[in-house]
Amino acid sequence: MSNVLIYVEAENGAAKKSSLEAVSYGAAVAEMLGGKAVAVAAADLSADHAGELAKFGADKVLHFGGTVNQSSEIAELVAAAAQQENAAVVVTAKSINADLAVPMIGVKLKASVATNVTALPDLSNGFVVTRAAYTGKAITQVSLHSNVKVLSIKKNASGTKEYNKTLAVESFNANISASKITVKEVKKQTGEILLPEADIVVSAGRGLKGPENWGMIEELAKTLGAATACSKPVSDMDWRPHHEHVGQTGIKVSPNLYFAIGISGAIQHLAGVNSSKVIVVVNKDPEAPFFKSADYGIVGDAFEVVPKLNEALKAAL
Amino acid sequence: MKILICISHVPDTNAKIPFKDGQPDLNGISFVIAPYDDFALARAVELRDETKGKLTVLNVGLADTEPTIRKALAIGADDAIRVNAHPHDAFYVASQIAAIAKQENYDLILMGRESSDFNGGQVHGMVAEMLGLPCVVPCMKLDLNGNVAVMQREIEGGKEVVEVATPFVAGCQEPIAEWKIPNMRGIMSAKTKPLKVVEPVAVENYTHITKYEMPPQRSSVKMIDKDNIGELVRLLREEAKVL
Repeated sequence: MSNVLIYVEAENGAAKKSSLEAVSYGAAVAEMLGGKAVAVAAADLSADHAGELAKFGADKVLHFGGTVNQSSEIAELVAAAAQQENAAVVVTAKSINADLAVPMIGVKLKASVATNVTALPDLSNGFVVTRAAYTGKAITQVSLHSNVKVLSIKKNASGTKEYNKTLAVESFNANISASKITVKEVKKQTGEILLPEADIVVSAGRGLKGPENWGMIEELAKTLGAATACSKPVSDMDWRPHHEHVGQTGIKVSPNLYFAIGISGAIQHLAGVNSSKVIVVVNKDPEAPFFKSADYGIVGDAFEVVPKLNEALKAAL
Repeated sequence: MKILICISHVPDTNAKIPFKDGQPDLNGISFVIAPYDDFALARAVELRDETKGKLTVLNVGLADTEPTIRKALAIGADDAIRVNAHPHDAFYVASQIAAIAKQENYDLILMGRESSDFNGGQVHGMVAEMLGLPCVVPCMKLDLNGNVAVMQREIEGGKEVVEVATPFVAGCQEPIAEWKIPNMRGIMSAKTKPLKVVEPVAVENYTHITKYEMPPQRSSVKMIDKDNIGELVRLLREEAKVL
């Protein structure tokens, strides 16, 4: 029992970038264990896009003909696939639905579960994973004892890697019980880069003075192909929607590049962003605590700096 | 309606946690109800009032968590259960909650979407799976219409409205309700509200934390003049290689 099963989520027919990272992560773990990396996806992944999974490391793709919209359905699909494939390790990328499926899968498979995993496991002494705790204030090493391990990985835990394996797609059947939860309405912004998936995040705070001033933040995000985010006070005042709130009680992000504009850098905000690879802080207060946690800083008024930065980036990119 | 609110006892979110010999040094750090649990508790108190029901607060922890449990009683829970055990991991805690819920048949089992100490976000899903109940996470609005709950749930890039009949489990987050601050009457009455201590059920340990470390520190910040923004763009491309 040394195979790895990876759950793949798709958006508009194609695997999400975070899921491709999970596939590469799973392929690396399978290599360490001497097993196969098997991906499982539901009908939201179109057959045309299954090839990308082989590119990023899947030896085989189990394609389920139905849809799984609820976490309980994902859990049943993944547990059934894991049992069929004798999987020792199950991997998912973080997402709202997968995050809730993970503990359910753990109970179904009597597995050890670790969420928010930030690196490949260490197999030199058992099976030890690295994960963030105390909302980013600590990194812990967790030893997983059960025969089966379920891991949810953070963005940038290992990145994607090209394996270019030969694609093998098998159709997969599982009995999925209907969820007792009825979805009545979905309000989702379309055509925007989703915050948890984004490589670059442009985030702004109270320094912007009001919701009417977010145009320049959206412009900058557009230039960078970035998602927009905000601090807690901004979402509390309804300047921006709650799903953009990054921090201790909001979304935790780990993009390659995080721009913090007009955000002072309270410890609760840092908790949501401190695993970003590179942090740029723009603040007119040179004493803003955020500068201590930044890689690059500019002291200046957002209203002056942001448009200039946007022009400079437009010219350079 | 019979409501169970599960709370974690966690270090104050403002606290800087030092580490000694690979372990967190929690001496002198004050503890609070985990922030997401506090949101769930606030809504649970309102729902108890609306339905003229009963609200029980549950914590898995040793005797040192009792002041935190009393705070939940002061905020409005009617009684409390403490499972007398160190909350070893999510599976351990979920097993204790499920064991109690099996006897008590709660209509609603509420908690935060995750604790702010281990940030596992697993207990709600595990409890639901163990009890065979539906689970809604992250729940940011919860209204009851008889035994049917209408909830708003955050999804990537937006929100969805879901409906589910009781009993169910929900992992909550803001803005489900405003945090409640206990008033003097609450604090006084909390002292005499029942707090039952029960021994844990035996559960296998599936995980073990072997080491804690500080997250890697960033090397010192490089300041760039606001009149030389081109330099920032150059550094992001050539030095940080993120553009």
